[in-house]
Amino acid sequence: MIGVTHYLVVSAILFTLGVLGIFMNRKNLIVILMAIELILLAVNLNFIAFSAALGDLVGQVFAMFVLTVAAGEAAIGLAILVIYFRSRGTISVDDVNRMKG
Amino acid sequence: MIQLIAFYLFAIVVIASGALTIMARNPVHSVLWLILAFFNAAGLMVLAGAEFIAMLLVIVYVGAVAVLFLFVVMMLDIDFAELRAGVMRYAAIGLALAVALVAEIIIAIGAYSAGGLQLGRRIAPIEADVPNIEAIGRLLYTRYLFIFEGAGLVLLVAMIGAIVLTYRQRSDIRPQNINRQINRRSKDATRNMNPPVGQGVEL
Repeated sequence: MIGVTHYLVVSAILFTLGVLGIFMNRKNLIVILMAIELILLAVNLNFIAFSAALGDLVGQVFAMFVLTVAAGEAAIGLAILVIYFRSRGTISVDDVNRMKG
Repeated sequence: MIQLIAFYLFAIVVIASGALTIMARNPVHSVLWLILAFFNAAGLMVLAGAEFIAMLLVIVYVGAVAVLFLFVVMMLDIDFAELRAGVMRYAAIGLALAVALVAEIIIAIGAYSAGGLQLGRRIAPIEADVPNIEAIGRLLYTRYLFIFEGAGLVLLVAMIGAIVLTYRQRSDIRPQNINRQINRRSKDATRNMNPPVGQGVEL
C-alpha cells in the first residue's frame, strides 16, 4: 500500500535534484530557474502528501499559494534575465558583477 | 494493485525527467523534460486525491510557465555549449551536498514514520462526500479570503513588474501613435474651399 513515506521519498529526491541542478549548472541562469521550479514542485508534493495523510485540506490551499508565488517568481526572474541579456549579451552567472557585490 | 503500479510509474518518470531537466545539454530539451516532470507530479497529486492542485499544476505550469521558459530560451541568442563548460567542475561538491541533503531528509522521514508526533486537531478536515474542488473553494472564499486576495495581488505585482522591466522605448523606430490617431477629427484634416476659377489654391 502506498503511504505518506513513499511520497516523501519521491519529493525528497526531487528536491535534491533541484539543489544539484543549481550546483551543476552554475553558469546557465535559465537552468537554475528551472531547478528552482523543481524544488518548489517537490515542496508542493510534500504539502499534498501530508494533506492527504492527515486528512486536512489546508495543505492543498497552501500548495496553491506556493504555486502562485512560483509563477510570479518565474515571470520576474525571466524578465530580469531578458533585460540582463539585452544589456550584457550573456546570461552567465559568473559575469554578474556589475554591482561588485 | 493499480494504485501501486500508477504510483511507481509516476514516481519513476518524475524523478527521471527531473534528473534529465538538469542534465540535458540543450535548454529546450530541459524545458520539455520539466513539462514531463510536472505532468507526472500532477498524476501523483491526483493519486493522493488533490485533483484541484493537479489541474492547477497542469494549467499554470505546463500551460504558462513552461511556455514562458520555452519562449525565453528560444528568443535569446545564447551559446549554450559555452555555458556548460564548467559543469563537471562543480559536480563533485554538488553531489556531496545532494547526498548529505537526501540523507538528512530520509532521516527526517524515518523519524516521522516512527510516530510519536502529536500534530493536534485538524484545521479543515477532508470530508469524503464533498468534492475536492468544492471543498477547496469553500475554504478559499471564507477563511482564507484575504490571503487569497493577497495571492492575487502578488500575481498583479509580478505582472506589472515583468512588463515594466522588459518594456523599452525605442527611438530608432516610428511606432503607431494611437492616441493621436483617435484624437484626429475630420475637420482638422480637411478644408472646404471655394477657389476662384483660373487661380488655383494655396495649400
